[in-house]
Amino acid sequence: MSQVKEKDVDQVVIKFTGDSGDGMQLVGNQLTALSALSGNDVNSLPDYPSEIRAPAGTVAGISGFQIALGSKKIHTAGDYPDVLVAMNPAAVKHSYHFVAKGGMIITDSDTYTEKALEKAGFTSDPREDGTLAGYDVKAIPFTTLTREALKDVDMPAKDKDRSKNFFVLGVLCWLFNKNPDEVINFIHTKFGKLPVVMQANDAAFKAGFNYGETTVMFQSRYKLNAASIEPGLYRNITGNEAAALGIAAASKKSGLPIVFGSYPITPSTEIFQEGSKLKNFDVITMQMEDEIAGICAAIGGSLSGKLGVTNTSGPGLALKGEALGMAVMMEIPLVVIDVQRGGPSTGLPTKTEQSDLLQAMYGRNGDSPLPILAASTPDDCFDATFEACSIALKYMTPVVLLTDGYIGQGSCPWKVPKESELPDIPVKFIDDPDYDYKPYRRDSKTLAREWAIPGAKNLQHRIGSLEKDALTGAVSHVPQNHQVMTDTRMAKVANIEVPDCEINGADSGDLLVISWGGTFGAVKGAVDRVMAEGKSVSSINLRWINPMPKNLGKAISRFKKVLIPELNTGQLATLIRSRYLVDVETLSKVKGDPFREYEVVDKIKEVLGE
Amino acid sequence: MASTRAAMANRGVPRDEVAIVSGIGCSSRFPYYMETYGFHTIHGRAAAIASGLKVGNPALDVWVISGDGDSTAIGGNHFIHAVRRNINLNYVLINNKIYGLTKGQYSPTSELGQLTKTTPYGVVDYPMQPLKVAMGLGGTFIARSADKDIKLSEEILTRGANHNGFSLCEIYSNCVIFNEGATDHLSGKDKAEYSVVCRHGEKLIFGKDKQLCIVQDGIRLKAAKVSDVSESDIVVHDERNAELAYLLSAMNNADGQPVAFGVLYCDPDKKSYDDMVYEQVNDVKAKKSGESLDDLLSSGNTWTVSSTICTSTGCKTM
Ligand SMILES: Cc1ncc(C[n+]2csc(CCOP(=O)(O)OP(=O)(O)O)c2C)c(N)n1
Repeated sequence: MSQVKEKDVDQVVIKFTGDSGDGMQLVGNQLTALSALSGNDVNSLPDYPSEIRAPAGTVAGISGFQIALGSKKIHTAGDYPDVLVAMNPAAVKHSYHFVAKGGMIITDSDTYTEKALEKAGFTSDPREDGTLAGYDVKAIPFTTLTREALKDVDMPAKDKDRSKNFFVLGVLCWLFNKNPDEVINFIHTKFGKLPVVMQANDAAFKAGFNYGETTVMFQSRYKLNAASIEPGLYRNITGNEAAALGIAAASKKSGLPIVFGSYPITPSTEIFQEGSKLKNFDVITMQMEDEIAGICAAIGGSLSGKLGVTNTSGPGLALKGEALGMAVMMEIPLVVIDVQRGGPSTGLPTKTEQSDLLQAMYGRNGDSPLPILAASTPDDCFDATFEACSIALKYMTPVVLLTDGYIGQGSCPWKVPKESELPDIPVKFIDDPDYDYKPYRRDSKTLAREWAIPGAKNLQHRIGSLEKDALTGAVSHVPQNHQVMTDTRMAKVANIEVPDCEINGADSGDLLVISWGGTFGAVKGAVDRVMAEGKSVSSINLRWINPMPKNLGKAISRFKKVLIPELNTGQLATLIRSRYLVDVETLSKVKGDPFREYEVVDKIKEVLGE
Repeated sequence: MASTRAAMANRGVPRDEVAIVSGIGCSSRFPYYMETYGFHTIHGRAAAIASGLKVGNPALDVWVISGDGDSTAIGGNHFIHAVRRNINLNYVLINNKIYGLTKGQYSPTSELGQLTKTTPYGVVDYPMQPLKVAMGLGGTFIARSADKDIKLSEEILTRGANHNGFSLCEIYSNCVIFNEGATDHLSGKDKAEYSVVCRHGEKLIFGKDKQLCIVQDGIRLKAAKVSDVSESDIVVHDERNAELAYLLSAMNNADGQPVAFGVLYCDPDKKSYDDMVYEQVNDVKAKKSGESLDDLLSSGNTWTVSSTICTSTGCKTM
């Protein structure tokens, strides 16, 4: 106990695996919060079983939670876990092969019964038969120790076992040098109303912490310094929650209530669920009969002078295509948030992918341009949603915001903005009854048309989905008019002012890696890593897909090679190639799983010819 | 159109508080002929768009003008759910039993056996009766007229517009080009033989010489000669009676019955969707009146990171 060394590390990846009832998500979230509190940067990736409710003790029923803690900025939940906490043999089976060489596997030795091993698909004990050779296995009788710690607590034995996760948390808290008081506070607030449960969890946690302190099980403790994180108030947030809050914030800052029409579809449903709680923030939700009705209700909302919003995923976006084209034609503000999932068709509903990019760009009849932006992290979904709403209102256009299952359902710490820090979103309605209103008269700079809404005195007009006269909006089939309107719609979107892209690293060199949306984290992490090795590699994250930042072409031209890793077969690469006439190398992955940093690192080295 | 215009005028709602939403089809050109706010949208989706418009601004008088194809084929689902929600729209379904704009294909309301461009040997799918469907969905205002009967049309449209909830007015119309005469018997000089006008509290009597009537036959309705029945057997129309309205909505010439015109059903008591949406919004606002955007953004488990200074010897949080 006295000989424990402190091991300085700048990043550790921990994975928790257990049955649904083992409370692994809670432990994971607690350790995340604790680490954030102690100044580490953190990133987590929950990993639920893909099949519904597989039986306990089987590999299919294992739920996981991976977190990375860093003393520097980290961008993904990490590649290989350094530490695996596996609550039973099935949990070991599920994840041991991901663990970094020489990594630690902590497991509950009480669970290694013959039956459990068999259920997990082991023919012999993996701790003894060489399966886990090369790993630092810590088999700890969590169940026995927890029962022992709770012997004075008045509670049925079965319930006592449920405090096991707090025992585990205690051990980890010791192992990672975290302040136990924070957890104790948490236990007291969370379980304050259930004194016995509180007492049990408290005792289990303390016993776990003491176990770390008093046994010789661990030769060293990890020490992670605080990362330089921007000071402020933080909370953990998923991308979908963040998007819903972004909608509410945009409503407040524009003064426009939201008409949010939707139809449930995985993995975007939570945006609508969260939005539905926000009626007091003027988010009016309408669950419609299908995706088409969802977007149509949102369009109707916009026609009434509110901001129409709809959310969806792949096949839902396909259904919304026709109405989206109408919104392009009518030139009304509208925000469509597409949380991408594996495709085509209904594809892989619960798995992440980035393959709706070309659908968003071109998946409508006619030349039907609209702005497209992509959120890069869970917390960025707030900013991106807010920005999408501002652009829709500023330019009188439908906007597609692309997120994906990985960032939509994944979470990360979010620096909570203050309302006062958010920019106002100006909205101008024409309401002067004597004004000579022409529905398609435009602002000379933004090309946004003037907006008058039903109810405004004396400004009645008619607009629709048929091509319209460039000024009056009356139906027009005049050939030259269609040319002018098509050109104008293209120009309006092409000239949207978007921020220049920032280059991570030198602004010229051997290789530029471009990320977009959810690939941001893995690309940034990978490029930082190879830069640290002295390689001439930089990266850009593309938030704006249409239009692209003005400086992108020039930036690209300063590098010998360009690499685009995407969770599709090369959709952004197709756009970049055709737009900038450069050869682009691609790294494509469609396994329903985000990139790991090492995958990008390996590809970078391959492209560099190493 | 004249009758809709008149109905709008009867309402006394200023033109700038009226919005007309239409789908695609001949009938859907309608907004262009009106001096109101108008939205000519896409095929079949008018009900959904109008629903968003009404919820966006419940103070507006929102009309939907739609064809039979628009409402019952491509837009069938939206039509069904708009009725079910009882959203306060004035829904005018102009039924010419054919696809006019695309030049003469049959629609879901075309009669069995009808010859059209896509059924040169006759329609073999059974027609849908929109009013019967709407009754089945718990519709709260169900009425029917024919385009040529301007007076009755104006009357039902006015009442429908004044109804707080979804009002469905089916207007039989003649498609001169592609379905000439399909509804003539219902609007021409013999119409009295083929249709019965339902008026609340009045006996259901029809025929040129008022020689025919509707009587109850078990749980069904049937046409009879007035001279063959006792006066008390003649059904008296009660527009609050949903069962009766259902039977009336289903009557059709093919079964030897007259088509029912007028207001078949009216239930002014069922709350409208838009009213309920705002009741709920106001409820939530009252309950959470203190919650600011900052409260919302900073809800849940939060923590504070103080400033951290990193030097060569490590980092320090202050
Ligand atoms: C998505 C889509 N499919 C098909 C069409 C072609 N289309 C336009 S109008 C119409 C039928 C209209 O029939 P109805 O609603 O009865 O109106 P009418 O023209 O008879 O008044 C069709 C099929 C379309 N505009 N959009």
